[in-house]
Amino acid sequence: MSLDDAFKDPFFRDESFFGDYTYRNTPHAVNRFPFPFPEDDYMYSVNMEPHVSGRPGSIFEHCFDVDEHYVSEMRDRARVLEQDPLRCQSLPHMTLAGWDLLELIMEKFSEDYPQWFSLTKDGNKWHWINRPLGIDQKFTFLDESTLPMGPFEYITRQAQGDFTLQDQRDDNLWIEAGMVTSQADWSLDFDIGMNFHEWHAPVPLAHEMGIFDRALKFLLALQHGAPVRRFNWTMTVDPLLDTSPENYHKWGPSKTTMTPETIGKRQHLRVELQTLIRLPRSNAIVFPIRCYLISLDDLVTKPKWARRFHRVIKTVPDELATYKGFIRNKPMILDYLAKYDDGAPTSPGWWPED
Amino acid sequence: MSGSTRLPVIVTEVVEVNSLIKRFRFVREDGGLMPGFSGGAHTVVEMDDNGTRRLNAYSLMSDPSDTSGYEISVRRDETGRGGSLFMHSGVKPGMKMVISQPVNLFGLDLRAKKHLLIAGGIGITPFIAQMAQLDALGHKFELHYAMRDRELGAYMKELSARHGDRVHPYYDLEKQAIDLATLLKTQPLGTHLYVCGPKGMIGWVLSTAEKMGWPNGALHSEEFLAPPVGEAFEVELSKSNITINVGPTQSLLEALEAAGVDAPYLCRGGACGQCECKVNAVEGEILNYDHWLSDEQKAAKSHIMPCVSRFKGERLVIEL
Repeated sequence: MSLDDAFKDPFFRDESFFGDYTYRNTPHAVNRFPFPFPEDDYMYSVNMEPHVSGRPGSIFEHCFDVDEHYVSEMRDRARVLEQDPLRCQSLPHMTLAGWDLLELIMEKFSEDYPQWFSLTKDGNKWHWINRPLGIDQKFTFLDESTLPMGPFEYITRQAQGDFTLQDQRDDNLWIEAGMVTSQADWSLDFDIGMNFHEWHAPVPLAHEMGIFDRALKFLLALQHGAPVRRFNWTMTVDPLLDTSPENYHKWGPSKTTMTPETIGKRQHLRVELQTLIRLPRSNAIVFPIRCYLISLDDLVTKPKWARRFHRVIKTVPDELATYKGFIRNKPMILDYLAKYDDGAPTSPGWWPED
Repeated sequence: MSGSTRLPVIVTEVVEVNSLIKRFRFVREDGGLMPGFSGGAHTVVEMDDNGTRRLNAYSLMSDPSDTSGYEISVRRDETGRGGSLFMHSGVKPGMKMVISQPVNLFGLDLRAKKHLLIAGGIGITPFIAQMAQLDALGHKFELHYAMRDRELGAYMKELSARHGDRVHPYYDLEKQAIDLATLLKTQPLGTHLYVCGPKGMIGWVLSTAEKMGWPNGALHSEEFLAPPVGEAFEVELSKSNITINVGPTQSLLEALEAAGVDAPYLCRGGACGQCECKVNAVEGEILNYDHWLSDEQKAAKSHIMPCVSRFKGERLVIEL
C-alpha cells in the first residue's frame, strides 16, 4: 500500500493522534459532529434506530462517513498495527464475511464518494482505486491470493473506524474477526471467540436491566436491507484513537495531568457511531464502530450542546462514570461546563441549531 | 442508503419440474442485481390470492453467487390453506410480485471440517444452494437425499451432474433407505449434520445423532410448518384494545395483519421465535404447533406463537 499520493486533496487534514496531537476539527467538522444526547439526562438503553440516510452533509448522509480525518486515521491505524499486529485478527471461517465486507465498503465508497474511490467489475475481476491513499489494485473477488493480505484486513486498512465481524450460530453471535485500533479500552485479542453475553460481561447495570437479552434477540433477527445504528460515548484525555488496554500504561496516566487551564483543550468527548449490518454471503453481522472526537473547547461553541452536556455529566451514575473512565476528573469537567449552563431549556434532539 | 426488507420482483420463469413441484425464478423489477445470499436462506413471498394476502416462506435454491435472480420450488399441497395452490395456478411469467430480502435460519457452520446434508423430499431446496456455496468455497460435503420415487426426485439428475458421487439418492418405492447409524458412525470428527424434510425424518435423524453422542452444536435442522387449518376463533388484543376473528384457513398472525396490527415475524413457520407473544388471559386450550416455546411455557399457557398456533375455548387475551 502506498501513501505517496496522500494529502494531495486539501480536504484531508495532515495530523497526528499521538505524541504532539495535532488532531483538530475544522469548523465544518464541529458543525457536523455527532453529539449523541437527544435529552438532558442519560441512561443506558438499547437505543437502536434504522441506519437510514440522514440530513445531507451530516455524518448520517451515507452508510459510511468519510471525513477530513480519513487519511490521517488510516496512517494512525497502520502505525498501531505495525507495533501490534494482533489488533487485526480473523478466524479462518470468517474469510467469507471479510469478502462480504470488502464488497460492501468498496461499493458504498465508490457510489457515495466517486471523487475519491472507484470500483469497476468484470465478473469476478475487480479494479479498485483509492485516490486519497494512493491505491490502485486489480484482484479477483473471492480469491485471496490476488490481494496483498486477507480481504478483511485489506479493506479495513482503508476505512475509518473499528470493525468486528460476528458469526451467527447456536442462537448467539460470536465475535470472530476484528480490526481494532481506535477502541474505547477493550481488547480484540482478549475478546475474540466470545459470544454476545461474554464480551458484554464487563458492562455495569445493563445486565440487570435485561438489555443484552433484548439486544441479542433483536440482532439475531437483523435483516438484509435494514441496518441499524446506535451511539455510545465516553471521555478521552487528548485526541488519542488507540485507547487500548494493551497500551493503558502509556495513556492511562494522562488523566492525572489535566488541569483547569488545559481541560478545555485536552478533554475530549468520544462518540462512537455503531452500526450493524447483515452481510449477504456469510450471514455474519458487521459491526463498524466509528469514533469521533471533539474537545470541550469546540463542544461549548454550540450553546445547546454545552448546556446539555453539563446536565448529562451531572446525572451520570458513578458506576457509569467509573466504567467510562472519567470519575477522577468528573468534578473538574463539571466546573468547566457549569460556566456554559445558564439553566435555559434545551430543545429535544441532538442537532445544535434546532 | 439503506434499502428495504422487501424486493419488488418479476416472475421470469415457471417450470413444471414434475407432477407436484413447480420452480419459479424472480428478477428485480428495477433491473438491478439481487443481493447475494447464504445457502440455507429463505424468502417470504407475498401473494394476493383474490384479495386474501398470503405470505409463505420458501428456501432459496439458486446458486448464491448468481445475483441475476432467485429461484424457489413449491410443492403443491392440496389440503393446505391455499398458498401453494395459488403459486401453482395463479403465478405466471411476467407477473409482478414482492418477496422479502433473504433470511437465514438454517445457515452453514463454516467451522465444520465436513458438512453432512440429509434431505427428504422438497427439503432438498436449501441444500441445492448450500452445495453450490460449499463447492465454490472448496469445503467437503456429502448429500443423502431420500424421495418417494424417481419421478418425484426432483433435481437429482442436475445434482449428480454438478456434484458427482458426493450426492446419494434413496428411492422409497425401490425400498432404499438411508443407513443412518452407519452413516453417522463413519463421519470424521468435526462433521456438522444438517437435516431438512418431513417432521418424522427430522426427529429420526436428530434423535439418532443425539443418542450416538453428536454434540448439539453440530446438529442443524429446518422444518417449515405451514400454518395449520382449524376452527375459527376469537382473540382480544390488550394493547390495541380490539377483538379479532381468525378464520379457519387463516393464521392468527395473518388475522393480526389483516386488522392492521403491526406484529413482528421472520419465518412464519413456528421456528424463529420473532412473533412470540404474551398471553394475558386464557380460558381454554392453546393449540401449540410451533418448535419455539418451551414445554414450561406451553404448560403455563403464558405465550403463544401467532404464526402457527391456534386457540379453542372461551376467551384468549394476548399482549398486542
